This record gives sequence, C-alpha cells and structure tokens, in this order.
Amino acid sequence: MRERGSEVAGEPSGRRARGELESSVLAVLWAADRPLTARQVLAELPGDLAYTTVLTILSRSHDKGMLVRRREGRGHAYTPARDEAPDTAARMRTLLDRDSDRDAVLARFVSGLSAGDGQLLQRLLTGPGRGRPAEES
Amino acid sequence: MTITVYVPLLVTVVLAVLAPRAARRLPPRAAARSLACAATVTALGWLGSLALLSFTGLAQIPEVAEQGHWSVAALRAADPVSLAVAVLGALGLAAATGSLAVAAVRGTRHLRWARREAAALPGDTELAVLDDPVPQAFALPGAPGRIVVSRGMLRCLGDDERAALLAHERAHLRGRHHLYLVLWRLTAAVTPLLRPLADAGGFVLERWADETAAAHVGSRTVVARAVGRAALATTAAQDRPALAATGGAVPQRVRALLGPPPPPRALPVVAGAALLALCCASLAEAAFDSERMVVTARSAERAAATAPADTAGSGHPAPVATAPLAADPEAAADGARHRHHHRGAHRPGGRA
Repeated sequence: MRERGSEVAGEPSGRRARGELESSVLAVLWAADRPLTARQVLAELPGDLAYTTVLTILSRSHDKGMLVRRREGRGHAYTPARDEAPDTAARMRTLLDRDSDRDAVLARFVSGLSAGDGQLLQRLLTGPGRGRPAEES
Repeated sequence: MTITVYVPLLVTVVLAVLAPRAARRLPPRAAARSLACAATVTALGWLGSLALLSFTGLAQIPEVAEQGHWSVAALRAADPVSLAVAVLGALGLAAATGSLAVAAVRGTRHLRWARREAAALPGDTELAVLDDPVPQAFALPGAPGRIVVSRGMLRCLGDDERAALLAHERAHLRGRHHLYLVLWRLTAAVTPLLRPLADAGGFVLERWADETAAAHVGSRTVVARAVGRAALATTAAQDRPALAATGGAVPQRVRALLGPPPPPRALPVVAGAALLALCCASLAEAAFDSERMVVTARSAERAAATAPADTAGSGHPAPVATAPLAADPEAAADGARHRHHHRGAHRPGGRA
C-alpha cells in the first residue's frame, strides 16, 4: 500500500525522492523543540529508511547551512538554522493578509473555520467510523 | 441564428447550476479537468455569442455597411436579432472583454509575485519553513515551486500528518494547480455566471491534493486528521473570526476522506461533454448563418448598384440577382430561403 518505501529507494527519480526526503527531515527538526540526532530523526520519519540515508541528508543540509549541529556522544544533534532571514515570516504574513486576492495563485492547506464548522470537525475527528460519511450537506 | 446564437448562453447557465454539484461527486482529478474544460468552452462560447449579437447590431450602422459593401435594408430584413438585443450584446461584450483584460493582468502579476517570492525564500530546498508560531501552510508556485509551512503548523501535527501535509502541498505544485485557479478566475471574469464553477474548482483542487496525499501516506484517515487538526489550530490562532464564505470546505474535505473514495462516474462527464459540444456546434452554426446573411446583403447591395445601369439599357444581364431583388422584401425573402436551405442541409451533421 505504501508507495513511500519504493519511492525513497527511488530507482527512476532519485533526485526528486532525495528532495522529498530532505523536506521531511527539515519538517521533523522544525517540529521538535530540541536538537535531534540522526537516529531520533529516523524514528520520527514514517516508512522504513536506512540510517545512513538520514545521516547523509542531515550532513548535506548542514553543509548548505540549513542546519546547525553540536556534538552529542559519538555523533551530532541537529537543529534548524533560524536566523537566516528573520523577517521572511512576518513579511509573508502581512503580504497575504493585505491582499487576499493572492489566494488566486497559492493553494492554502486549510481555510479558517466558522464556529459551527469547528464543532462539526471535532465530532468528525473524534468519532471516525461511526460518523455519517455519506451525509450530504 | 434566431436560436443557435443563444445556445451558448443557455449552456453557460445550465452548467453554472449543474456542474459544481456534479463536480463534488466525481473523483477530484476528473472533476478538476472537467470543470476547467467546461469553464473554458463556455467562456469562449459566451464571448462568441455576444460578439455575433453585437455584430448584427454594428453591421446595421450605415457607415459600417458602407465600408463592408452590404445593404443595410437587406440585413435588417434578414436579421432576426432586434437592435435592442444587439446593443445589449455589445455592452455585454465590452464588459466581458474589459473585465477579462483586468483579470489577465492581475493573474499575470500574481504569478510573477509568487515566482519572485518562491525564489527569494531562504534555502534551495523544496520546503521553506517560516519561523512563525502562527500555523500556516501553502504551496507557492514558481520555478521551482516551494512548499511554505510555518513552525506553528509543523508543531501541531503528528509525524504521519506532517508527511500528509507535505504530500498535499507537493500535489498542488506537481499538478500545477495554480494554473487551474488562474484559468477559473479568467473565465469568471468573462461572466459572473461562471463564478460557481471557479468556487467548486478551488474545492476540487484541495480534494485532489488530499487524495494524492492519501495515496502517498497510505491512509485517508491520516490526511483527514491532518486537515482537521491544521484547520482547528489555524482557527484558534486567528484573532479575527473566519469569513463565513470559507466555512464548510474543511469539514467537507474531512468527511470525504473519512468516507469511501469517490467511484468514477461516466454520466456527468458524458452529459457535460454533450452540452459543450452543443455549445460549440450552435456557435459555429450561428457564425455560419451570420456570414451567410452578410453575403446575401452584399449581393443585394451589388444588385442595387447595377440596377440603374440595366434600366439605362446597357444590356448586361445581372448575374446574381434580377433587378427587382433590390427591393427589400425580395432580398429578405431570398436571404431567408438561403438560410433555411442551409439549415436543413447542415443541422444533422453539425449536431452529430
């Protein structure tokens, strides 16, 4: 069922798969609130990956300046490099807030919910299986 | 022409009512493509119809007729479109092209903006993380496109859900979903009737990315949870209440993911395709009729021009028309005969 394993092993599109894996690793490190070792990153990643693959990704990203690391035991623990462009986040947010018309070209993951939607969503998520999936709105 | 020229307008109305509802029941990829196709064809049909209607009005202006060498009287007699309708058509056409031009400029500007921002984001990775506690996530199209996610969003999701989020945004970029969005904006600019198609299109693209993400992580429930959790976190972080207009999309996506995958359906697609074919055929026939009308009016004009020479006794026989044809009722009758004949001969072929 999982395409992930075969995709990462990546015979036809190795570069693309490496890019995807890089994103996953970066996401794990940003989601963590402390530095992570390669083994800890591996544990957080879904799918079965080789330890060496993760290690390679980490050190490549470190070389590119995206990660900072410190010694921990016999290896390193990694955190994302933060201060590269501190204003990017704020600028993005104000740009998007000011001109909602820009939604024309960027697909947001989720829109905000109305109060009723919030409750409906809670119900849907807490009771999977016994919900009424076929119900029309 | 009496009926055919209005068919594209009618098809637009029918699709504006039916297509959004049908699209939500189709598998999302097929739905997105169908909606894009329907919106494009009806928008072009709409413009074509208005152009034909306004042309029949414009052609009756004596100065224009003089330039085109056709008889205004013959045209007026043959023309089934009243002047008031023609003027409405011309106004509609002006409004549609004007707003299309504005939308095209804005769309181009937005695409350029996105491309610039994608290039300006730090790093050269697919994923750019914003150091921002407010949860947000979107795909920024460009060359290459970037997935932009804030730290706040990554922290509110579990491992599998993060993978689902990345797969979802990646699906937007790889599928070039922004081009669909721009296309729908353009068609909705041509006529506001197509706005429901654009709205349904936006929803269907999210569903498409959801299903792609589900195939990637191997679970539709995980994607449902990711969408739900992200929406709840986004709403909790907002200081102002969400617009009512956006309400509903997220619960519908979650519900669709928790239910069985939508089965492929042929009927709505076939019915839609038939409507679009009808739209094209009608427009073609209306254009053909319109041209025929001009040809008749031209020969009437020529006949009128040669008529005095005949009565002077120079002796040439008029090749196309006899002298009395210059009188209006005859020309009209001739025009009507022509058109009638053409219609009888061509309709079955045109509709097939």
